[in-house]
Amino acid sequence: MKFDLQDNEVRALNQALHTEDAANASFSVVNPGGKHNVAAGAMFATSVDVHGHVGYYCAGMNQNATIQIHGNAGPGLAENMMSGRVEVNGNASQYCGATAHGGLLVVRGDAAARCGISMKGVDIVIGGSIGHMSAFMAQSGRLVICGDAGDSLGDSIYEAQIYLRGSAASLGTDCIEKEMTASHLEELAVLLEQSGIEHDPASFRRYGSARQLYNFNIDNVSAY
Amino acid sequence: MTNKIDTSWLRESATFTKPVIREIQRAANEGIYDIRGAGAKRTVPTFDDLLFLGASMSRYPLEGYRETCETEVTLGTRFAKNPVKISTPITIAGMSFGALSAPAKEALGRGASEVGTSTTTGDGGMTPEERGHSSKLVYQYLPSRYGMNPDDLRKADAIEVVVGQGAKPGGGGMLLGQKISDRVADMRNLPKGIDQRSACRHPDWTGPDDLEIKVQELREITDWQIPIYIKVGATRTFFDVQLAVKAGADVVVVDGMQGGTAATQDIFIEHVGIPTLPATRMAVDALKDMDMHRKVQLIVSGGIRTGADVAKALAMGADAVSIGTAALIAMGDNADEFEEEYNALGTSAGYYDDWQNGQDPTGISTQSDELARRLDPALAGRRVANYLRCLTLETQTLARAAGKSNVRNLEPEDLVALTVEASAMARIPLAGTDWIPGHGGRY
Repeated sequence: MKFDLQDNEVRALNQALHTEDAANASFSVVNPGGKHNVAAGAMFATSVDVHGHVGYYCAGMNQNATIQIHGNAGPGLAENMMSGRVEVNGNASQYCGATAHGGLLVVRGDAAARCGISMKGVDIVIGGSIGHMSAFMAQSGRLVICGDAGDSLGDSIYEAQIYLRGSAASLGTDCIEKEMTASHLEELAVLLEQSGIEHDPASFRRYGSARQLYNFNIDNVSAY
Repeated sequence: MTNKIDTSWLRESATFTKPVIREIQRAANEGIYDIRGAGAKRTVPTFDDLLFLGASMSRYPLEGYRETCETEVTLGTRFAKNPVKISTPITIAGMSFGALSAPAKEALGRGASEVGTSTTTGDGGMTPEERGHSSKLVYQYLPSRYGMNPDDLRKADAIEVVVGQGAKPGGGGMLLGQKISDRVADMRNLPKGIDQRSACRHPDWTGPDDLEIKVQELREITDWQIPIYIKVGATRTFFDVQLAVKAGADVVVVDGMQGGTAATQDIFIEHVGIPTLPATRMAVDALKDMDMHRKVQLIVSGGIRTGADVAKALAMGADAVSIGTAALIAMGDNADEFEEEYNALGTSAGYYDDWQNGQDPTGISTQSDELARRLDPALAGRRVANYLRCLTLETQTLARAAGKSNVRNLEPEDLVALTVEASAMARIPLAGTDWIPGHGGRY
């Protein structure tokens, strides 16, 4: 099914994605023109190809669908995604994958600030670099960065895992480098393979929570 | 025999009162600020500072128990295909499963449903019990996004985007580790027993222009079926309400500083935000200024206790009110029958506000299975329903006395103010005069 967003409202596309007819169907979306909320709330195992750039909250709360954006994505890409796969060939703006619970988000280019903020189980693979405060308060899931990270990576992180190939401008509060075990190398290799991005897992370092701030203690107040 | 000291000549400092001295001593011993539940305890101008002018020679009253006085309100008429119709203008405010026990949430749903009104989720997501027992359920969309998922979003009767709340505008929340049971931890994707921080701002938008797009996203995901509320804590209310309307709200919820919280610093609760009384006036002014009064519905909350509070809020221009703390009290919070157990916690019935510590003997603000079992959700739900009915009857009583056949026909002209402060804040004339201090001033 082809949707030309120059002639159709985003609402028509989204409502079509919310019907059972969308299950196992393929959608080709052209002329997105940076519009917001493209393919928001997809529910079924639908294949969606978006040819061009999208605005805010593309693929928001995605469930089951495979959404490929052949362009760049605005803020909030795949926010609160539950499952499925979202892939951007270009770059992504702020807070991509924010609060996402599951599925796989792949950005082949760079992602801006707050990538994976408060992520809750999603896997995110960034082919390039990411901005500051990424993985802030990240709860669970895995964030793979093939380039560099901005300031305060993993600030106040909980149980999420970060794999970084380049370097971080700085680590956030309670985020530390951790040992890369064989099982971590193995899961990283799987993530890279699923993303279609080739790198040697051994060239990454692993970061996570020091778990020093999990329960409020007045003696830790200077950490904030 | 002991010598009794004559204390009649001792003079307490107005600056260093006994509670202030105790708090300084506590802070010195513990090295941390006081965290508690509930809302502001300080004296502020309230709806008590307004009076109704009943009907007399120039107004015609309606007969109580005989002549109809409508109470139904429809919320969310601006964009949603399915607005929320409630049979009384009193709703149950958002309170989380986590802060409250599962039986308490169930009881709120039961009580609200029995009288045909809505209840609201809170931080932590929607539980099946709550959805199952709530005929109309508003699903809060909060910065933490704990438990947020599109399936529950579509099960809701309305969405409430929470920008802030009256007890702590500009602040986030903290559910302390002792209240994080296996179930709460699972719903929030975090390990059991660790403090769970609820962020003070949303993770994926940073201002009103972004919020407008966010509201559109939520509408897209729910196919424009259900209303979207925007809730703000009362601060710069005139501007906040206008920005909420611009962002596309169907309903704006304004929560004054008397509004309760599950856990926040006492210093925050008592010193940030403004009372519900001026916030109501400012919100109505903001809507009228945009010609959106009654087109975007207004719900006010924060310290609503009686039908008089409800009627006065409606007279000032609100479409409905929300209750939180009062609903907990109706269920049994701070009941005398638990006095001994309150004493064991170092407090007394009527004063218990440590809702954050999980030791609530009533089984309401706890995640202890043992304590939660004490609360019978059917009985507590019945009490909530009784209380809501009582508030509704009181509201109707006052409306009939003012000659109104619908509670929403109450109007500012029906009110006078008792104090200069209340007059200035509510922009209601001081009783016996046509004077409103500061009228014409800017926000």
